[in-house]
Amino acid sequence: IRSEARTISGAINGSRKTGKVITKAVAAQAESPASAASKPGHELLLFEALREGLEEEMDRDPRVCVFGEDVGHYGGSYKVTKGLAEKYGDLRVLDTPIAENSFTGMAVGAAMTGLRPIVEGMNMGFLLLAFNQISDNCGMLHYTSGGQFTIPTVIRGPGGVGRQLGAEHSQRLESYFQSIPGIQMVACSTPYNAKGLMKAAIRSENPVVLFEHVLLYNLKERIPDEEYVLSLEEAEMVRPGEHVTILTYSRMRYHVMQAAKTLVNKGYDPEVIDIRSLKPFDLYTIGNSIKKTHRVLIVEECMRTGGIGASLTAAINENFHDYLDAQIVCLSSQDVPTPYAGTLEEWTVVQPPQIVAAVEQLCK
Amino acid sequence: MAQLTHRTSSLLKPLSFATRHLSSTTPITIETSLPFTGHNIEPPSRSVETTPQELLKFFRDMALMRRMEIASDSLYKAKLIRGFCHLYDGQEAVAVGMEAAITRKDCIITAYRDHCLFLGRGGKLVEAFAELMGRKEGCSKGKGGSMHFYKKEGGFYGGHGIVGAQVPLGCGLAFAQKYSKDENVTFAMYGDGAANQGQLFEALNMAALWDLPAILVCENNHYGMGTAEWRAAKSPAYYKRGDYVPGLKVDGMDAFAVKQACKFAKEHALKNGPIILEMDTYRYHGHSMSDPGSTYRTRDEISGVRQERDPVERIRKLVLAHDLATEKELKDTEKELRKEVDDAIAKAKESPLPDPSELFTNIYVKGYGVESYGADRKELRAVLP
Repeated sequence: IRSEARTISGAINGSRKTGKVITKAVAAQAESPASAASKPGHELLLFEALREGLEEEMDRDPRVCVFGEDVGHYGGSYKVTKGLAEKYGDLRVLDTPIAENSFTGMAVGAAMTGLRPIVEGMNMGFLLLAFNQISDNCGMLHYTSGGQFTIPTVIRGPGGVGRQLGAEHSQRLESYFQSIPGIQMVACSTPYNAKGLMKAAIRSENPVVLFEHVLLYNLKERIPDEEYVLSLEEAEMVRPGEHVTILTYSRMRYHVMQAAKTLVNKGYDPEVIDIRSLKPFDLYTIGNSIKKTHRVLIVEECMRTGGIGASLTAAINENFHDYLDAQIVCLSSQDVPTPYAGTLEEWTVVQPPQIVAAVEQLCK
Repeated sequence: MAQLTHRTSSLLKPLSFATRHLSSTTPITIETSLPFTGHNIEPPSRSVETTPQELLKFFRDMALMRRMEIASDSLYKAKLIRGFCHLYDGQEAVAVGMEAAITRKDCIITAYRDHCLFLGRGGKLVEAFAELMGRKEGCSKGKGGSMHFYKKEGGFYGGHGIVGAQVPLGCGLAFAQKYSKDENVTFAMYGDGAANQGQLFEALNMAALWDLPAILVCENNHYGMGTAEWRAAKSPAYYKRGDYVPGLKVDGMDAFAVKQACKFAKEHALKNGPIILEMDTYRYHGHSMSDPGSTYRTRDEISGVRQERDPVERIRKLVLAHDLATEKELKDTEKELRKEVDDAIAKAKESPLPDPSELFTNIYVKGYGVESYGADRKELRAVLP
């Protein structure tokens, strides 16, 4: 079911920019000039892209507000909300005490009346404390109230394995949230899609969990000047190819692209897709790719047991079994708490040599 | 002896000039049963202004709620209501008194003992019974059940199953009210069991920090399911638990005390931020229909409270004492309400079960033009057996 490009409708308090909204914008390669931008655009870092998206949405709709620890005066622990409290005031960019359960609950309560809060978890791992609020209240209220209430919240924060941050601060929680009915999950990986997904998530009427990665905040890219919003349910074709489909998201995209360089030198032609949408999966794009290449490799940072890769494997097997020439290979991070020692931490996540070896094995 | 008969005979005078000299809007002053106890605040006065119209309305509303809960009891035993059913009889004064003090623009949010609060906020009997029986005409289309009654137009935000989780939501509602500057308040209700939840104190801290117009109402019925309050809480003085947040202890079986306290609390919250109200109330049924209610308390205790503090009886006595209606008229009203409830149940029974396609509706709001259902983005269709 393809997304239809529709301009935003519906009453929103305050002024609305009447700029055209591009819904099916697929990220172009950073060096390719044939992107959606007609002007050269401007260069920025990923956290600045997130901030730009956030700021544009806050300008556009006065109901958008931010809740989080140290988001206001401090500017955000990853500088995503820097300068916003001075601009919009303390009530719109709210510094909360360290009470994840309650301020997530407060965000849900505020959303029930029509506000559009964005909850920032300082680290995705801290949102485990708010799991009840996210699962029961955020995800289920639209259903249990028979459609009376919508919960347009965005829950975002950095997750993933960083540089020796220790086990509790290096959690990959996509798998924990994926079974919650009623929420959508997206993972951003470049400044372009970070801004687009942030804007789409804020505009969506559903609760969206936006997964960022600690190590990707300083990525630099040139993004268009004009306003653009990406679709929350579409995957991104990073590198078209013929031999094997590699599905990935977030930081692993960069490991895959690194491995792709080696693979191209060895004569393989991998097709790399950044799935972006973790719930629901974009089986249209993925399916078309599988029909072309007949081989799938999933590379993810999530846990092996019950992770995103496991669900994706099941979904692909169910839907595209006839098109597969080989078993789906899923490379995920090890089912261990992330160790502190650098070498051990390196081997917790999937490294480019492992990806190269897997592709070679798959394409035999 | 002679004096007694003389007094009773004057009460049984036929409906003539004696009973109808009060017009329905003449103010009457009633003293609450007990004085209020304040924590860090000057309690309001014991005298409550009311009118005959309001008194009769209180009687009618509370009798209706009582009737509805008893009827739900029989429906549950007849297996028409399944799962969990938490009944509110005995606590009606809290719902009715609160409703009298506020408007529909103020928000109420509570836990799972929500049937009567739903009625108070403008919910219809048919909607309530249909939801309890899982039918299409229920307030949540049959998909919520007993613990998930909501009424957006009435300002009733539910209806929540997890103990204590509704209090941060209530503070969020208050936050939104402060954000839009609309001079309304939120009543976040919880029980004595939930009073020991950490998220309550977190939410209270934030509400006090930002002066949110949130009123936390602890409906203290003295038992957290099977555990008495003194066995669960070191300090059962729940109105004092706010520490820096002022609190008020109210007799929750007296609808006028509740009304006075809620009015006072609303004024306070709009000016000074949160306040805690502890309603000292009692439930006659067990925690839910699967709990007999007698293993952790004696039947004598239950019947004692019923005799001495029953909220509906108190209003009945007040109505009779002020000569606003006769015994017979009140009995007729109760019969009428019973019929109303029975009619609603019959109508709800006729309502069909939800369509199988309803399994997949209202999970997502179809936003931005894309259909999305499951993890694999297929449109799910099913035919239920």
